[in-house]
Amino acid sequence: MQLRVRALETILTEKGYVDPKALDFIIDAYETKIGPHIGARIVAKAWADPDFKNGLLADATAAVGSLGFTGRAIHLIAVENTPRLHNMVVCTLCSCYPWEVLGLPPVWYKSAPYRSRAVIDPRGVLADFGVTLPVDTEIRVWDSTAETRYLVVPMRPAGTEGWGEEQLARLVTRDCMIGTGLALPPGAVP
Amino acid sequence: MNGVHDMGGMHGFGKVEPEANEPVFHAPWEGRVLAMNRAMGYLGLWNIDIGRFSRETLPPHVYLGSSYYKKWELGLTNLCVQFGLIGDDELAAGHALHPTKPVPRTLTAAAAPKILSRSSFERPASAPAKFKVGDCVCTRNINPPSHTRLPRYARGHSGVIECIRGCHVFPDAVVTGKGEDPQWLYTVVFEARELWGDAADPTVKISIEAWEPYLEAARVGSFDERSGAQPIPN
Repeated sequence: MQLRVRALETILTEKGYVDPKALDFIIDAYETKIGPHIGARIVAKAWADPDFKNGLLADATAAVGSLGFTGRAIHLIAVENTPRLHNMVVCTLCSCYPWEVLGLPPVWYKSAPYRSRAVIDPRGVLADFGVTLPVDTEIRVWDSTAETRYLVVPMRPAGTEGWGEEQLARLVTRDCMIGTGLALPPGAVP
Repeated sequence: MNGVHDMGGMHGFGKVEPEANEPVFHAPWEGRVLAMNRAMGYLGLWNIDIGRFSRETLPPHVYLGSSYYKKWELGLTNLCVQFGLIGDDELAAGHALHPTKPVPRTLTAAAAPKILSRSSFERPASAPAKFKVGDCVCTRNINPPSHTRLPRYARGHSGVIECIRGCHVFPDAVVTGKGEDPQWLYTVVFEARELWGDAADPTVKISIEAWEPYLEAARVGSFDERSGAQPIPN
């Protein structure tokens, strides 16, 4: 693949369609600047600041925009987990994912097992991630079939009362913002 | 199109296998493919829907047998050939052999930061939304051979309008050359038992984002009581 891709880039560059420096910039941005640490900061702020959480759930694009991250998270919708409701996000048709707040999706999110099963067997998928929810918890699966993007706001772990946003953010994993995981317990981070 | 990309509800693909400490890219070429897709998309010759359709039309065995970025590479190459930007002879030679075709714009390094924000897909509406929150609707049973964002598993089923998301570019129109043809976009929620039958988990609901042409008002009498909403009287 390396040779094939290099040939394609050579042709596109020689013809002036792409600028390798622009490609370098994009790769660097997704490798070093845009990733799930952004979503974790958003969730931690929502846990710590009820006004921000209300704004996030009402208009996530505006609320996230107010924090000044690199890319503008257009058409972003935040959905909140509660003891009665667990949200989970999938794109059965391709790989739609909130890049601006979570970075590029992991391989499993784009894989046939996840895309096929999330909508018909979400509890089975959660079991693959080691997550078991109470049998009466309602599960809501969001299939991202349009340009809207979903960010799950996981439940704040018990025992984190009084924690600051930076400390809280360390409990927020990528998977818990997709809905295939839960936030880490307070003892999980040093 | 009723392709293998439309995977919701299929069996046999096995367990989900998360990779611990997964890198952003597994090889340098994956990053180049991602970036080339973004940069070539910026030219303005095709939009995201046409890009998706290019991957969906890969032969089924190729789609299923290729990694994610391999599919992106194949889809991009096909688009470049289809739009006359590069030739098969150039791909074979690994170098440009023909003059550059004029394009609306290119992504310079200085403009590259712009690519990190997607542009809005919302457009002014030409008519009021036909449905309101709480309406019971039926998804149409459509099977277009071209691109659609109505998954097979959600066709011909009763659901409830949960939210109106605005008027958005309609992918089905873009890909068939009819322009953006903006349509109202709704979140439609279904009971798992409506989609998968009585044996399905009663605690599960599934939603899709559906453009208005995918929907019709539920007929009185065809309404499934499980959804809890009221059908619209005819």
